[in-house]
Amino acid sequence: MDHFPTNWGNPRSEDVDNYNTYPVASHIAKVPHSVTQIAGYGHTSGHPTSHTQQPVVTGTSVLGIKYKGGVMMSADNLASYGSLARFRDVERLHQVADFTVIGASGDISDFQYVKHLLDSQMIKEYNADDGHTLATPNIYEYLWRVMYNRRSKMNPLWNTFVLGGVHKGEKFLGAIDLKGTPYQSPSIATGFGSHLAQPILRKEIEMRGGEENISEEDAVQILKKCMKVLFYRDARSMNKFQLAKITDEGVTISEPMSVETEWAFAEKIRGYGA
Amino acid sequence: MFRNQYDNDISTWSPQGRLHQIEYALEAVKQGSASVGLRSDTHVVLLGLKRSSGELASHQQKLFRIDNHVGIAIAGLVSDARVLSNFMRTECMKSKMMYDRPMPGSRLVNLIGDKAQINTQNYGRRPYGVGLLVASYDEGTGPHLYECLPNANCLEYYAISIGAKSQSAKTYLEKFIKDFGAADVDTLIMHGLHALRETLQQDKELNINNCSIGIVGKGENWRTIEGEDLKKYLDQLETGAPTTETTEELPQGEAMDTE
Repeated sequence: MDHFPTNWGNPRSEDVDNYNTYPVASHIAKVPHSVTQIAGYGHTSGHPTSHTQQPVVTGTSVLGIKYKGGVMMSADNLASYGSLARFRDVERLHQVADFTVIGASGDISDFQYVKHLLDSQMIKEYNADDGHTLATPNIYEYLWRVMYNRRSKMNPLWNTFVLGGVHKGEKFLGAIDLKGTPYQSPSIATGFGSHLAQPILRKEIEMRGGEENISEEDAVQILKKCMKVLFYRDARSMNKFQLAKITDEGVTISEPMSVETEWAFAEKIRGYGA
Repeated sequence: MFRNQYDNDISTWSPQGRLHQIEYALEAVKQGSASVGLRSDTHVVLLGLKRSSGELASHQQKLFRIDNHVGIAIAGLVSDARVLSNFMRTECMKSKMMYDRPMPGSRLVNLIGDKAQINTQNYGRRPYGVGLLVASYDEGTGPHLYECLPNANCLEYYAISIGAKSQSAKTYLEKFIKDFGAADVDTLIMHGLHALRETLQQDKELNINNCSIGIVGKGENWRTIEGEDLKKYLDQLETGAPTTETTEELPQGEAMDTE
């Protein structure tokens, strides 16, 4: 049923070849069998091949910051289905190796696929049993190749990933987006966080004169502050999140936690309060 | 025409439990000029004796660079070696591209082993006619020296030689093995040259044209010493006996396993 009255009496959009794909992928005209056999022709239903054009079940921002002695990351436990807060117990921070954590925003099923890829790689390394394994920069490079390869097939994995770790006494914090764009920085925030949290993270680092002057306690407080701001203003976020700590001791991913919030002011907002 | 009834193809067993064609391939390695490899705690040195087909011809290439941290020395069919070195270079590039990591030497050698094994089990194929000495310096695990043969055996060594008269070089290496661990690069090279000299024919001597040296090690990319640069080492070879001599005579190694 078309719910837009202006469309009534007009041909349904799916009856029209919007992108002039005729005769290659027309589902109106009868396409000869020999044509449908051509590789890349599309599906037998008569519709053209289509790739992911939007994420479905999504996670919002992931935050990461370097501090004295390690890297800390944070992400909430929500997987939204559109604007619906559909799954409230999803872990978006995942330990890949002894000193590496991946955090994902964007499509959750694509993240699950990437987790599987990375875990398979690590198992392969473990089975080789030759004293070599993949460190954070190696995993980062691999993830970059995977993401760029998929965008080159015009079928991207719809995520922005944050990879945090420690290798040879060096802290590592990097992000890769769905186009395979990599960048590294002392602080990283994806999605809505890149607008709301990144300025706070940068200010906190600058205020202290560099990441080396941030203690572990400070890092926790800074991330909690950012998560609170995001919960106030990002409608796809949730006040239940985890922190991941990566130091040369190893990885710890915390139990879900929340922050104190104050909503009394909301009463005075028109259209929000009573 | 045939030496016996069971060497018509690689995949036929002799009643004694041998695969003759594969053993012939090992003979091809023995006909190539010798290559020597030896390892200290920080470096690996490879040496090759280069043949020339005549006064007017150039000398063959014995050492090949695979990557910054890997080099090989060969004995046997050079054309087969070129195929294998091409393969090894590609694998090293893949590792760099996919993981931003230098290919670990042990994995490279295992890949060669898998590749060579296929040639020993399929009807209508032939084993490679070349033996390789692979030197690598790996992140984390340090220097390594491997030998790869046409029968798909790939083993790690402290010191090894392959090719014509390589047994004489082995004897030398076995005698001085105790000195290699703590040796610096120049000492390692001198030991290598002494071992290589053992493989020469009666009236021949090492000179700047007929040998080449390859080095890889801690903080050092693969590099070769050839031509005029060899002089300083060859001059030492003229004047002196082996640089150091172990006081006690070392026990002979156990007989080689026949597997």
